[in-house]
Amino acid sequence: MPTTRPPLGQRDTLLKMRHVEKTFGGDIVALKDMNLTVNDGDFISLLGPSGCGKSTALRLISGLMSPTSGQIEWTGGKSKDDLGVVFQEPTLMPWARVADNVWLPFRLRGVSYNEVRDDVLEALKLVGLEKFQRAFPRELSGGMKMRVSIARALVTKPRLILMDEPFAALDEITRHKLNNDLLALREAIGCTVIFVTHSVFESVFLSDRIVVMAARPGRVIRELEVTAPYPRDEMFRTSPEYAAHCREASDALHQAIGEAA
Amino acid sequence: MSIAETDTPTEPVETVDQEELARARRERIMKIARWTLPSLVMILTLLAWHLYVTIAEVPHYILPGPLLVGQKMIEDWAILWPAMILTGRLTLLALLFAVIGGVALAVAFTQSKWAEMSFFPYAVILQVTPVVAIAPLIQIYVDNAFLAALLCAWIVAFFPILSNTTIGLKSSDHNLQDLFTIYGATRWQRLRYLAAPSALPFFLGGLKIAGGLALIGAVVAEFVIGRAGTGLGLASTLLEASYRFNFGRLYAALILISLMGVVIFALMSLISHLALYRWHESALKRES
Repeated sequence: MPTTRPPLGQRDTLLKMRHVEKTFGGDIVALKDMNLTVNDGDFISLLGPSGCGKSTALRLISGLMSPTSGQIEWTGGKSKDDLGVVFQEPTLMPWARVADNVWLPFRLRGVSYNEVRDDVLEALKLVGLEKFQRAFPRELSGGMKMRVSIARALVTKPRLILMDEPFAALDEITRHKLNNDLLALREAIGCTVIFVTHSVFESVFLSDRIVVMAARPGRVIRELEVTAPYPRDEMFRTSPEYAAHCREASDALHQAIGEAA
Repeated sequence: MSIAETDTPTEPVETVDQEELARARRERIMKIARWTLPSLVMILTLLAWHLYVTIAEVPHYILPGPLLVGQKMIEDWAILWPAMILTGRLTLLALLFAVIGGVALAVAFTQSKWAEMSFFPYAVILQVTPVVAIAPLIQIYVDNAFLAALLCAWIVAFFPILSNTTIGLKSSDHNLQDLFTIYGATRWQRLRYLAAPSALPFFLGGLKIAGGLALIGAVVAEFVIGRAGTGLGLASTLLEASYRFNFGRLYAALILISLMGVVIFALMSLISHLALYRWHESALKRES
């Protein structure tokens, strides 16, 4: 479905984090009093220095960890089919061909390949890798592996896709390309994304909301809106609007680092 | 030195430069040398052996010449061949049960921490106790000599499979484990689709070691348990030949045992290669 996404402020709530805290070993506060509302269609970046709890927040939302206190409420309840995840590493199974890697989320639900072949091929087509379905991961470049990982995350059409610094290990050129493609993808299928990054530029280019976080203890210090309309392209990267947003986010980030230091 | 000389047009650019030609030549030579050099060493050794035995007139009950060994190999083939079959069957059966037992235990250990805590120390004790020391006991308690020998060989062979497979089953990528958790994978799915393929390279590494150990275990078992009922394997044939100062036969048996070891190793390497060559780093040929 080509999206007609409602503007910010008029979207349906997907999930709410209320006073979520996570403490390790009794005294290390990884995340302190996090409140966040995620709406259908949002592209939210969690931006912050190392140790600010952004990955912890992602793990809490994914259910890999439970909060020490506070609640995470999904509208209409949460099922295991609601999530797609992309890690910093491509995290593909090296023994499985590309198509089999993308099939994995279905396979774990007990769905045979033949039943979902079209979905798998469509997901691969969306990331531009339909010709590589028979390849093994080792035959692909770093960027291509990441695309397979993205295809796997969106093949089940989940309500929310979590991305944990997915492009951090890639070179700048590949990263820009994947940023562009990710936005195109979002326009094409209208997914909701929470994207963890420590790059100001990446967060401004991609998101309509940026949550700036600080470390020790990990916490949210500001929320920004990037009002520039989508679709965004290379022109946007050089626009004064982009520069202004980058400056705003950068100032917030410096405040975050300053507060922590 | 004139300008004209330095200005002479360079040779047409070839697609293959000197360096690459040199490398191709080196590779060709290496390829041939890989077979010819060891063969040459073999021939020279045999020749030296033969000359030494002939010139120094070494009696055949001290050191038989290569010709005598070859002659014995042919003359005694009717004894050696069935012996080899027997030892081979013992070795392969021990290896088969080692694979079944080792993998089953490894799965049990990784599925249940309690099982691992309870039994792993005993698996280690079984491994570190020399099989030569256990074999006489086994001979006493197990009536069937073939079964007793099989048990000996199994004890030696199963540990590397158990230990490697256990490590392998635990070595799957942490992010993939998280992904399986997020997608609500069952225990069986986790084992089948994640742990087992991750363990495969480790298991195959263990298999290579276990193949050699199974043969060693079989030989030791034949030595210790003897001909009492195992029938005549290669090792007991060797032992008997030594009692009779039939050194030609002894050497023939020894060569066949080595040959079996080589064949088993080659077989395990082949299995490993076939299972891994498409995806695993260990089986990749690096380009350039």
